[in-house]
Amino acid sequence: MEDDAPVIYGLEFQARALTPQTAETDAIRFLVGTQSLRYDNQIHIIDFDDENNIINKNVLLHQVGEIWHISTSPADKGVLATCYNKTSDTKVMTCAAVWRMPKELESGSHESPDDSSSNTQTLELLCHLDNTAHGNMACVMWEPMGDGKKIISLADNNILLWDLQESSAKAVLSSSAALEGKGQLKFTSGRWSPHHNCTQIATANDTTVRGWDTRSMRQIYCIENAHGQLVRDLDFNPNKQYYLASCGDDCKVKFWDTRNVTEPVKTLEEHSHWVWNVRYNHSHDQLILTGSSDSRVILSNMVSISSEPFGHMVDDDELSDQEDQHQEEKIKEPLQDSVIATYEEHEDSVYAVEWSSADPWLFASLSYDGRLVINRVPRALKYHILL
Amino acid sequence: MFVSCARCEVDHLAVPAASQPNSSITRSQPGAGAGPSGGDPPVSWGDEHGDAAEEVPDPTDINGPHFDPEVFMTKVRSECPLGQLLAREAALGREIRALDSDMQTLLYENYNKFISATDTIRKMKVDFRHMEAEMDDLAANMAAISASSARVSAALQDRHRRGAQLAGVQALLRKLQALVEVPGRLRRWAGTEPARALRCHARARAVLRHYRHLPSFRAIEDESQAIMADLAQRLRMRLREETLDPKELTECVEMLLQLEEPAEELSEEFLSQAGARLEAELAALEAELPAADPSGTATTPPPPASDILDFVDRGSSAFVGTLCQLAGSYRALFGEDTGRLEPFAAALATRYFTLLERRLALERGLGDTSLLVRALDRFHRRLRALLELLPAGADAAAELVARAARERVDRYLRALQTFFLGCLGDVRQALAAPRPPGKEGPGLPDLLATLAASVLGQLKAVLAYVQLFTARDVAFASLPYFKGEFCVTAVREGLVVAFVRWLCRTARGFADGPTERGAPAAPPALLLLLARLCLDYENSTISYILTLTDEQFPPQDSGPAVTPGPALCAEARAAAQRLLDHYVQVQGAAVAQMLRKSVETRDWLSTVEPRNVRAVMKRVVEDITAIDVQVGQLFEEGVRRAQSSDSSRRAFSVYSSSRAPGRYAPSYTPSAPMDTHLLSNIQKLFSERIDIFSPVEFNKVSVLTGIIKISLKTLLECVRLRTLGRFGLQQVQVDGHYLQLYLWRFASDERVVQGLLDEVAASAAHRCLDPVPMEHSVVELICERG
Repeated sequence: MEDDAPVIYGLEFQARALTPQTAETDAIRFLVGTQSLRYDNQIHIIDFDDENNIINKNVLLHQVGEIWHISTSPADKGVLATCYNKTSDTKVMTCAAVWRMPKELESGSHESPDDSSSNTQTLELLCHLDNTAHGNMACVMWEPMGDGKKIISLADNNILLWDLQESSAKAVLSSSAALEGKGQLKFTSGRWSPHHNCTQIATANDTTVRGWDTRSMRQIYCIENAHGQLVRDLDFNPNKQYYLASCGDDCKVKFWDTRNVTEPVKTLEEHSHWVWNVRYNHSHDQLILTGSSDSRVILSNMVSISSEPFGHMVDDDELSDQEDQHQEEKIKEPLQDSVIATYEEHEDSVYAVEWSSADPWLFASLSYDGRLVINRVPRALKYHILL
Repeated sequence: MFVSCARCEVDHLAVPAASQPNSSITRSQPGAGAGPSGGDPPVSWGDEHGDAAEEVPDPTDINGPHFDPEVFMTKVRSECPLGQLLAREAALGREIRALDSDMQTLLYENYNKFISATDTIRKMKVDFRHMEAEMDDLAANMAAISASSARVSAALQDRHRRGAQLAGVQALLRKLQALVEVPGRLRRWAGTEPARALRCHARARAVLRHYRHLPSFRAIEDESQAIMADLAQRLRMRLREETLDPKELTECVEMLLQLEEPAEELSEEFLSQAGARLEAELAALEAELPAADPSGTATTPPPPASDILDFVDRGSSAFVGTLCQLAGSYRALFGEDTGRLEPFAAALATRYFTLLERRLALERGLGDTSLLVRALDRFHRRLRALLELLPAGADAAAELVARAARERVDRYLRALQTFFLGCLGDVRQALAAPRPPGKEGPGLPDLLATLAASVLGQLKAVLAYVQLFTARDVAFASLPYFKGEFCVTAVREGLVVAFVRWLCRTARGFADGPTERGAPAAPPALLLLLARLCLDYENSTISYILTLTDEQFPPQDSGPAVTPGPALCAEARAAAQRLLDHYVQVQGAAVAQMLRKSVETRDWLSTVEPRNVRAVMKRVVEDITAIDVQVGQLFEEGVRRAQSSDSSRRAFSVYSSSRAPGRYAPSYTPSAPMDTHLLSNIQKLFSERIDIFSPVEFNKVSVLTGIIKISLKTLLECVRLRTLGRFGLQQVQVDGHYLQLYLWRFASDERVVQGLLDEVAASAAHRCLDPVPMEHSVVELICERG
């Protein structure tokens, strides 16, 4: 069976920010934030109809500035946070805010308006994350699997933990930590671990990866020189609590066991330029998605360090004899780490890749020229993993 | 007697003469008479004939003894016709006459003889009578003589008997004397000449033992036994306490054996004594070795007192010689039963091997291999003698030699590695050494040539040394191991191939290792140098080395599989590729880092109008020029694409187009935001995708292109992360033009540079709040001034 062709969607503006609608578990929906210095920026809500291979979009205006980072609440489909540039003639400041989208767009609208510009709606501002004392916001993280009340933002060298109160109308800084050291330290990205009762986060600054405990706001581990050059992104293995992936300007993707930070567990060198994004599949953690400024998206199968190193375990009783044989054959196949596919639909640097929160076999990637590509895991591999 | 004989003769002669005519007469009578009567056959003829012809004589046979004239006559008369009878009568008459005349003749002839015979007999009668008397005389005399003789004998008999008795007694006494003297002699000789004492005792022993029931003999025996026991005791003492040389030991034990000491016990004693002696030899050898250090902390044991050849020499002559001698004696003494000897010898030989091995282990340094080879050779030769009696040792000895050889080869490998690292250290030092201004240090090609030549020279020297192990005049070189496996496994694979592999691995290590974490990174020039070295190895050196090795150590046909040259070449090439890629990455990253910092740290919004090219750009160009020079020293120029006259024109083209309201214009016009994408996408359709960190080719242009790509892509990505003011854009414009002016000639395809700079300019324009580009002529002016 032929794999479905990728679905491509073009934005008018350049874009870097992409996120799945985390709280949505039925519909495949991504949010893209644009970057334009001269026009009103937008947030595109992209609905993908898997059966008909059709994309429906809704556009929200984001007039305060160009969007550098976007993330959605894990609890409320309508709530999202952005990091945006507030530009004046002499100064650029990156701020962060929590927004609510119009009610009717939360679950997508089925009738797609022909002309998006005529039907633009605006976001409702819930609250600003006040960063005047802390510097430029690099990213905003929601507490995974939480109730959407806790967020962490990285601002220059500060980690800020916010409580959203009064149905997110007010953000109260509950605790913070600052990274001290020589030179200008600046966080580039961070991830909130879904493990340990959501008490850990990992941050990247320059070539170092650090782990933090959100209760004490203390550093718990530090991977010095995780990459030869700048570390661009991180992600936690959703099924193995100590496993962490990182990527950076040395074109490498590295997998770490945070209990032993001296050596990476595994290193991938498939990209030919900086790797900007790395994402574990939410359900099948052997599937690793990476996006790079060599304009490629690479899907890798890291079986050996996944939570299912010997394939999917199925009860023998559930299988008929025929299936049983089939199963045995599957098990016999050597399990090897490999690149599953390299996607070359992009023609500019890919700054963001994300798995869909609803369909574990589907992912989106966004390149700087505003091209959003939706791809699926090859069917053969999908069935291999499932059966 | 003579007389009687003569008489007989006469009788004899007389009888036939008398009878013959008689018979012939009788014969002729019937013939004459029976002539006519021969008609009727005798009635009884057939009957008698049937009885028996020989039994019953024929009475008709005229010559037969039983001739019966009557019968004959009757027969003739009855049977024969008349004519026949007449003829017969005539014939008989003739015969009778003839016989008569014959008889007469004989009578006359013999008469004289008869007469003389008669005379002789008469004479004899007289003589005999005389002789008889004499004989009687003689008989009387003889009787007298025998009588007197008997008398004499009777008189002397007693004395004679006594004499004989006395002689017997004397002999006995002499023997007794000897026996009596035995203890004395024994005593005398026991001290000085035990061997003689033993001979003496051996002679006396049987007698003494036989007569031991006599008290006196028993006394002697006891005494001599006591002496011998004493002697045995002394010999044993000697055996036990003194240090005897093998000959003395053999004598001693031989004597003890003759003393009928138990062989079992003696063989044990012998072995223990021999063992002690050999132990002493071993101890002497061991004394030369430094004490084994159980903790293993001794860093450098003092150099051994004597060289290995000396050691082996002494070991062979002293220990092996003695062992052989003793083993030979043992066999002679105790027979071929070597049930004891073999384990004994084996144990000692094992210890000797251990000692030798320890000594060999001391040969840490490379020392003189020829000395080692000679030592091993001598060891092997000398051991052959021992091996005859200890066949099991052959394998161990061969193994020892082989191990020593392998060890030496391993050590050479390590030495080569150390040497190579040392060379690398020198190269690093030469690279890092601050150069006095105006004076160029040794160039990279010189360093490379020195490095390659010294490593190759060293390798050749090592091969020459190792070849000593297989020299024709070395005995153990003819072992199958040295003919086959040693050449292939130890030398070719274990030394040459392993070294080349190690070299490639080490070189690769500079690319793989230090970038990871911590360790000081190798200087880029070293990477470049090693890349070239590996490439040279791939191109020529490896095949040269392998050919050399195969010549010097010809591989057996059926030997173990060898690593083929192409596989090694592939490894070298992979290492070279990895190193060069790494070089590109390191140099690219260095330049990129500079660019990134310069973009990140600058405030692009509030910058002033550009008057100059930024210093960092000049630095970038300088660095890339330096890299170009560096790479050019070691790598060929390479092919440059589209190196045409329009390059200079192309250099203008971006900025001339940017000056015209063409390319960037749409993006500034709010009415048509899509055009930018359309344009840039169309442009991208026609340009090839550029892989930034891609493998490079082994030439200068490719390397430089790689570095430039990395740098410019970094610039692009960094610019995209910033927000620029008008002057910021203009500064980027100036910088870009400057880079374009100076970098295009380094790249294999100037369009790559062009394309990347275009993208930088486009991105800068996008990220600019007030995108008003600078006049191109101004840009040119600024760049020229810079």
